[in-house]
Amino acid sequence: MNRIHQKLQSDKKLFSIYFTAGYPNLNDTVKIIQDLESNGVDMIEIGLPFSDPLADGPTIQASSTQALKNGMTTAILFDQLKDIRSSVNIPLVIMGYFNPILQYGVEAFCKKCQEVGIDGLILPDLPLDVYQEQYEAIFKKYGLINIFLITPQTSDARIAQIDAASEGFIYMVSSASVTGSSDGFGNVQESYFKRIAKMELNTPQIIGFGISNSETFQQATKWAKGAIIGSAFIKHITKNGTDSIGDFVKQIIK
Amino acid sequence: MNYNVDEKGYYGEFGGAFIPEMLYPNVENLRQQYLKVMEEPSFKAEFDQLLKSYVGRPSPLFFAKRLSEKYNTKIYLKREDLNHTGAHKVNNTIGQILMAKRLGKTRIIAETGAGQHGVATATVCALMGMECIVYMGEIDIARQAPNVARMKMLGAEVRPALSGSRTLKDATNEAIRDWINNPVDTHYIIGSAIGPHPYPDMVTRFQSIISEEIKWQLKELEGKENPDYVVACVGGGSNAAGTFYHFLHEEEVGIIAVEAAGKGVDSGESAATSVLGKEGIIHGCKTLLMQTPDGQITEPYSISAGLDYPGVGPMHAHLYKTGRAEFIPITDDAAMEAGMELCKLEGIIPAIESSHAFAILKTRAFKPDDVVVINLSGRGDKDLSTYIKYFEL
Repeated sequence: MNRIHQKLQSDKKLFSIYFTAGYPNLNDTVKIIQDLESNGVDMIEIGLPFSDPLADGPTIQASSTQALKNGMTTAILFDQLKDIRSSVNIPLVIMGYFNPILQYGVEAFCKKCQEVGIDGLILPDLPLDVYQEQYEAIFKKYGLINIFLITPQTSDARIAQIDAASEGFIYMVSSASVTGSSDGFGNVQESYFKRIAKMELNTPQIIGFGISNSETFQQATKWAKGAIIGSAFIKHITKNGTDSIGDFVKQIIK
Repeated sequence: MNYNVDEKGYYGEFGGAFIPEMLYPNVENLRQQYLKVMEEPSFKAEFDQLLKSYVGRPSPLFFAKRLSEKYNTKIYLKREDLNHTGAHKVNNTIGQILMAKRLGKTRIIAETGAGQHGVATATVCALMGMECIVYMGEIDIARQAPNVARMKMLGAEVRPALSGSRTLKDATNEAIRDWINNPVDTHYIIGSAIGPHPYPDMVTRFQSIISEEIKWQLKELEGKENPDYVVACVGGGSNAAGTFYHFLHEEEVGIIAVEAAGKGVDSGESAATSVLGKEGIIHGCKTLLMQTPDGQITEPYSISAGLDYPGVGPMHAHLYKTGRAEFIPITDDAAMEAGMELCKLEGIIPAIESSHAFAILKTRAFKPDDVVVINLSGRGDKDLSTYIKYFEL
């Protein structure tokens, strides 16, 4: 069974972290993953840096730019991850934009993911219809779960379509924004979270975008199976380096 | 062979809508509405009226006698440089602002490189009383001060794109991010024949007035609708798309797309996407784009700020791949000389983008009775400082 499915079956609310591979230093990837797991994080999104990250705010953009300057490439990331499963058990998902994967070769990329032990992919600019027509069979051949996004503007009909196409979890974007906005959640988000919860979808939802602290984490997981923190974590390691990852995790899940 | 967009938004293997789910409702709504809206009689009437009385269309088709004598062929210039705001860009912004109104949008965003599309967008927003925000790379803001001032005078807010290389592609990224953050009230006026479907087709249709006019004007002047060749410069490709549109399926018409080779195709400083580009995804569409082997988008170079885009519209990628169009790279130097030649022979100072199209006359032979229509996409006023510096005037 895929590690994502296993994790989703547990009773607890899931805490997931996104970080950009190759940031702050090229070879921090493995240490960051290991420290996140040992401090109680349930799942990790490993960001494959891209030169033009359309859906990301300034924090993740800057980390991607720096990671690329540090020399990060798809091939280097796979090399860094080649022994990751000897020390890490939680689900690992690669999150990135489609062009670098297209250039690597979609099948070669998926094959490599399976070899190193990646469980799923989140590719915001690979649309549902293109995925289903051209790539679903390849993803499945290599045991990869593709994660789709929904937003407050996604229609009920579209959500039903995405629910039917989903296998792991649905990545529920908290608000109409790029990553890294941290104004907290108000009535608008609350009613959106409620609306989705009421739909009783087959696929569990994990909320991301705009979750930056314990308070927003609690608000999100009141309605969803879990929550993802990205920009706030990147800000933490930008400021404090990678030696105090445990401090960050513990202030979220006290 | 079909050279128009198909039902799924593709030109052959190029095009599509590779967008994050956050943009799906807006892009899907536009996809469902754009053809219906464009076919409404009231829309057509308003569009035609504005093109006529505000833009100054039809733009003349001018027989360039001295240029024709020099190159021993029959050269006509399609005078898009005479449009209000000085380039073809306004054809599209007029169309899209009318579209935005009909879709109930109240706030307009746009990206701009050299500032021409930004000015054309700010212009129509002032005309319609709509809020206008133009994203422009921080570096472009510094080197295109007059256009920044124009946009401000026209009431637009110019926001610097501070990410990445701080030029056109980053301004486009910022505009897309703005649209993600403002999904309800905002319409994004893309300036070129790029972006997710239906943008390339919508922009092409609004620009297709260029080839529509060429047809009847040539009929009057030459007694036939079809020239032997149509020529246009290609950055993202909106003026070329409009110039080629009504000739795509006229087999006897040769199509020539002129790309910016910068300091030379192999110099490392170039924007010749058909030669240097590889299939990939940029700004929501699959097309040819300049990128590293690892799929990171690279920064192009051209002396012309309007041609230094790392990709090319999906329609053009298809025209290249199928061989329907001939693609010719032109260097900075060749373009600058051709621009100066047009000044001296015809009394017209062209935009440096358009100068690239004229430069093919030196390298590409035409027969004496060939009718060659070159799209003069914009006037050179905005480029004076570049001309002054280059020629030490």
